[in-house]
Amino acid sequence: MSEVLGNPPIASDSLAVLEKQRSTAETFGIPLAVLLEITHRCPLQCPYCSNPVELDRSGKELTTEEWKKVLSELAEIGVLQVHFSGGEPTARKDLVELVKHASDAGLYTNLITSAVLLTREKLGELADAGLCHVQISFQGVEEGLADRVAGYKGGHRKKLEVAKWTRELDLPLTVNAVMHRQNLHQLPDIIQMSLDLDADRLEVANVQYYGWALKNRAALMPTVAQLEECTRLVEDAREAHKGRLTIDYVVPDYYALRPKKCMGGWGRQFFNISPAGKVLPCHAAESITGLEFESVRSNHSIAWIWQNSEAFNRYRGTGWMKEPCKTCEFREIDFGGCRCQAFALTGDAANTDPACALSPLHETIFKQAEREAEGETSRFLYRNFAGGTLESENGA
Amino acid sequence: MAGPRNISVSEASRPVLPRHAKLKYDETRQVWVILAPERVLAPDEIAVEVLQLCNGERNVGDVADQLAAKYAAPREAILTDVIAMLQDLADKGFLTEAREKTS
Repeated sequence: MSEVLGNPPIASDSLAVLEKQRSTAETFGIPLAVLLEITHRCPLQCPYCSNPVELDRSGKELTTEEWKKVLSELAEIGVLQVHFSGGEPTARKDLVELVKHASDAGLYTNLITSAVLLTREKLGELADAGLCHVQISFQGVEEGLADRVAGYKGGHRKKLEVAKWTRELDLPLTVNAVMHRQNLHQLPDIIQMSLDLDADRLEVANVQYYGWALKNRAALMPTVAQLEECTRLVEDAREAHKGRLTIDYVVPDYYALRPKKCMGGWGRQFFNISPAGKVLPCHAAESITGLEFESVRSNHSIAWIWQNSEAFNRYRGTGWMKEPCKTCEFREIDFGGCRCQAFALTGDAANTDPACALSPLHETIFKQAEREAEGETSRFLYRNFAGGTLESENGA
Repeated sequence: MAGPRNISVSEASRPVLPRHAKLKYDETRQVWVILAPERVLAPDEIAVEVLQLCNGERNVGDVADQLAAKYAAPREAILTDVIAMLQDLADKGFLTEAREKTS
């Protein structure tokens, strides 16, 4: 009978699944999902923001018509999902129009939001426009810490309210919890909060240290003991809430021995589009100086940029590698880790990511992280368009 | 509010994909997919057939009847496989049940 229903009947669960099963990964088939950072404007000032330190000002943002053209083109070339992100995507007045356009083009739409600008009415309009899923970021589990991390008074309370509206509108909810030394102790309560909010999914995302987060590393780096406890809690909660709450877990790579297969490998499974229309292999890619990124405003199609542009091809595959990556048995498994992290910590994106134990810098970096995790400073450098503002001695 | 979570699939269940899981034919890759938050699943042909029958009105028993007739295969074996496949999907959070109609 198993031949009738096949085995396994449903392939498991990552965006890469489809690529792995077919040969498209080798020919760099168009990614299944694309991240659209439609603006860098955001009322929050989280010190680990994944946006580049040099933010795109609103005057450089693509227009409504330009974004619509991008959405149609993405659907046409085979992208299946788009994530509307930012900055804060709801800071754009045309978001409902863009979601509607994406839905009409057959795209699965996901909103990645801080939620603080949303009204119930606006959320209803987004649902009517065809929005499929809402992901709300949380900075903690109580407003004292959460609002301090976000640098935004009243934010946490508003997020709870919007999460409730999301479920009332029958939209699926993901709680995105960015974790670091100053909030990891709240993880059990964050799991409980996600259950109380009737979330479908929880992302326990440890901070990744690029851009703003790298500037704030000393205030954010967790201890090894904190991380081990975090991993244990996630594993227990996954088992306890199976079928009720899916938990995705992102570990920080500083304490790992093997680097992460960042973005599934450069130019293999992922691209994002910046507010100004740059097509990027990863949202931090602009931090690598010396790389030119093509824009959707150029004469080239998005598919051409993905397949042919210099920036996407520079670190594709393994041909660009130096030792120890070049002859490493894991080179096709992790592709040498993260190019942005290699650039930020070694000055050359073609070096082995120091998160890898085989990197000559690994030991130094690990020791530095351990030292920082002891917590000499907890002051944040808040993210803003002015290059950051240091938290006052007694909190924001 | 959305349908119930943590469902246990049985012959009497009337399962349906929830709003956030969309079954779609991907023209570019010539394959059926289930689109879900941060996921794209690739169901095989029979799973697709089962899911197309799961409209929230038919129960799992009806689905097994239809497949047994179509493939001239033993109903009990089909039923076991259909339940296993749907339960797997439910455990991943991508299946709900139609609510009882209250009159």
